[in-house]
Amino acid sequence: MPVVKAVTCPVCGSLCDDIELTIENGRIVKVKNGCAMCEAKFLGYCGEHRVLKPMIRKNGELVKTTLKEAVRRAAEILAEANYPVLYGWSNTSCEAISVGIELAEEVGGVIDNTSVVCHGPSILSIQDVGIPSCTLGQIRHRADLIVYWGSNPWSAHPRHIERYTAFSEGRFEKSAWRSYVNKVKALVGRKKIQSAIKRLFFKKPVPVPPPVSEYKPYPSITKEGRKLIVIDVRRTKSAEIADYFVQVEPNKDYELLQAFRALIRDQELEVDKVAGVPVEYLEEVADAMVSCDFGALFFGLGLTMSSGKLRNIDAALSLVRDLNMRTKFVIMPMRGHFNVTGANTVFTWQTGYPYAVDFSLGYPRYNPGETSVVDVLLRKESDAALIVASDPVSNFPRKAAEHLVENPLIVIDPHMNVTAQMADVLIPSAFVGIEASGTAYRMDHVPIPLKKVVNPPRGILPDEEILRRILAEVRRIKKKMGEAA
Amino acid sequence: MEEKPKLKVTLLTGRTIEQGAGKERGKSSKEYVESVSVCYIDPEDMKKLGVKDGTNIQVSTAFGSVVVKAKKSLRAPHPGVVFIPYGLWANVVVDPETHGIGMPSFKGIPATVEPAPDKPVLGLEELLKTVFRKG
Ligand code: SF4
Repeated sequence: MPVVKAVTCPVCGSLCDDIELTIENGRIVKVKNGCAMCEAKFLGYCGEHRVLKPMIRKNGELVKTTLKEAVRRAAEILAEANYPVLYGWSNTSCEAISVGIELAEEVGGVIDNTSVVCHGPSILSIQDVGIPSCTLGQIRHRADLIVYWGSNPWSAHPRHIERYTAFSEGRFEKSAWRSYVNKVKALVGRKKIQSAIKRLFFKKPVPVPPPVSEYKPYPSITKEGRKLIVIDVRRTKSAEIADYFVQVEPNKDYELLQAFRALIRDQELEVDKVAGVPVEYLEEVADAMVSCDFGALFFGLGLTMSSGKLRNIDAALSLVRDLNMRTKFVIMPMRGHFNVTGANTVFTWQTGYPYAVDFSLGYPRYNPGETSVVDVLLRKESDAALIVASDPVSNFPRKAAEHLVENPLIVIDPHMNVTAQMADVLIPSAFVGIEASGTAYRMDHVPIPLKKVVNPPRGILPDEEILRRILAEVRRIKKKMGEAA
Repeated sequence: MEEKPKLKVTLLTGRTIEQGAGKERGKSSKEYVESVSVCYIDPEDMKKLGVKDGTNIQVSTAFGSVVVKAKKSLRAPHPGVVFIPYGLWANVVVDPETHGIGMPSFKGIPATVEPAPDKPVLGLEELLKTVFRKG
């Protein structure tokens, strides 16, 4: 059975490029090295939820049609619209995104990518403050302190810790696996001792646990080598393996960031607690930050989505700037979709702006809050939509999704997702990274090739080709309209 | 009739590994739907509400209300904070306000939870039909 090595995983922004796939009769039967999400994608891509035929809504029902007809209908909708939105793009290749932007310009629409609902605020803040960053490779080899703030890599980027940070074996920094195992053993031992004590003295009343509101930092074991700090509102799985876990109250990250900034500048805090965390504990964590040789702060949607949004990122970037006065520190957003960084990059090459680009005046305009897709939908301004490789009906707040489904809706996606069920024109596409090749950008802006490992089902084209055909058809319709006028 | 207990909480939404693997399997798959139509609650809060693991509860915010299954949080203690994984059920109740920067408020939304053992958790199709009247 052929085994394809060094395949890139097209799921999350970590873009692990060491996946090994076993192929049998043109199907993937075994996945090596991948995490649960990776396996689910490579093994399930051709399951029952796959769309195999283009469809068009007639009398309220989706009915099968030909590709030619679906492309023509999609082009008509876009050519006739005054203010269409073209949204998605983070789960497809840079090559497809590039054609999408051409199409947006041609139809005078708003083009936006999913970063608007993930790291949009980070981008705004980076434009204001700047960002000291580096590649994940450098972090793997050199970082001796890792901070995850408002992100839960264990669930969202399952192999990030193992491949790039605390548990990776770098040239100059060793993996922290062993000390983690020791720590778990010690904790289990502690629990055993506690339950043995309980059993021995079970006649005595069991001690009442302290009220839950009382802050209890996770027991940490001081150790040599790489250290891991997790700051989050919940004790996530990632928090459990950390050396320091700081449990911040919801919507209070900004205060906590500013408190850290003060501590790092050797200022005294005249309160006992900040954001629910005792200052003493914060001092300990701040000490760990200052005394590292190379620190890396990864931040997630816990910062961008809660109160303060981009101002939280301002504070995080400023914290890293302050830390750079004392030691070496870098910062990086944890990007979710596998090519959301690529979407930002290609948007910027072609239009000058990373997302939320409006072509309605004939030239690119960028004003998030006005030209961003959720705002356009909330103001009920769009009159058609093209969704590529994304599922906004299930990812947007209800109010925004409501307007989206009222408009004529074109969906290009391999799967029957929630948005696809609402489509008026549905064109199935090949999975990029499985059935089509292309380029994607990892979260540290390193471009990585995606492989084609199997053939797509008969008659199914990659996003790039479908978009090219729609673009050609739009141009033909517009030419005809121009001649008629 | 006895007044049903209600709890004022802060609602968070986010990822879980089940949601992540479920979405790759397919949005109408049982695994996916089951992974996102739940609400993780602190065990102490569950006691206050008088609900058990798997009881249906209603989560309401200023933007809507949805019935999901209560689940005991393994990530406790986080009293007063509940968690629904990203997905259609969460998005019925999140705050669409973007504060002029394009990003809705998906985390830290004031909400109330109450037991709703008699109300069903809607499946994907039913939820789409009731929310969007299409599909
Ligand atoms: S961590 Fe991300 S890129 Fe790596 S295998 Fe898992 S889903 Fe794929």
